[in-house]
Amino acid sequence: MSNYELMVIFTPVLSEEDYKAAQKKYETLVVENGGSVIHTKPWGLKSLAYPIAKKTTGLYWVMEYSAPTSFNEKLKIQLLRDESAMRHMFTVLDKYAVEYNDRKRSGVQHFSSEKAGV
Amino acid sequence: MAKANEIKYLTAIKADNRPKKYCRFKKMGIRYIDYKDADFLKKFLNEQGKLLPRRLTGNSLKFQRKVSEAVKKARQMAILPYVTDLLK
Repeated sequence: MSNYELMVIFTPVLSEEDYKAAQKKYETLVVENGGSVIHTKPWGLKSLAYPIAKKTTGLYWVMEYSAPTSFNEKLKIQLLRDESAMRHMFTVLDKYAVEYNDRKRSGVQHFSSEKAGV
Repeated sequence: MAKANEIKYLTAIKADNRPKKYCRFKKMGIRYIDYKDADFLKKFLNEQGKLLPRRLTGNSLKFQRKVSEAVKKARQMAILPYVTDLLK
């Protein structure tokens, strides 16, 4: 059960409830396959640094979860099939990353991350 | 008695006493560089959005690689541009 972080950019055309429905879909997919969702954080509409698929804004969504190693492949197939997801990226989180994410959620950071001891 | 300004040295005095560069990650104990944190990563990019070399950022090799990985991920997810002008 290693920790992963998935970031997805949905097309801005998506309505509010479709956006929520898509998030729900992937979260249930994780839970069904024996993973557990630690934290999800929809950023909402943000302007992209460069146009993707002729669109200059996108609905960002970040999900942190832990899942068995074989699960990501299934999730990738779903994401590639879902045409509302313009782009997605998996990141493997090592223990410092997990600790960083926990601390970032608990306390407000004034810069990227504090001393490990704190 | 030779005055101070009359003394001639055989070799030039070392004059460049610029502050010793240090790796900010080791000094502040940062262990993970988040690719989602755009304004922190911008410190390591120049105006065109290109990665600054180690001799300018003063990072140690280990953390320079982590920074470049994070920047490339941020570029992939359109958080940072690949090329731009007047990024700052």
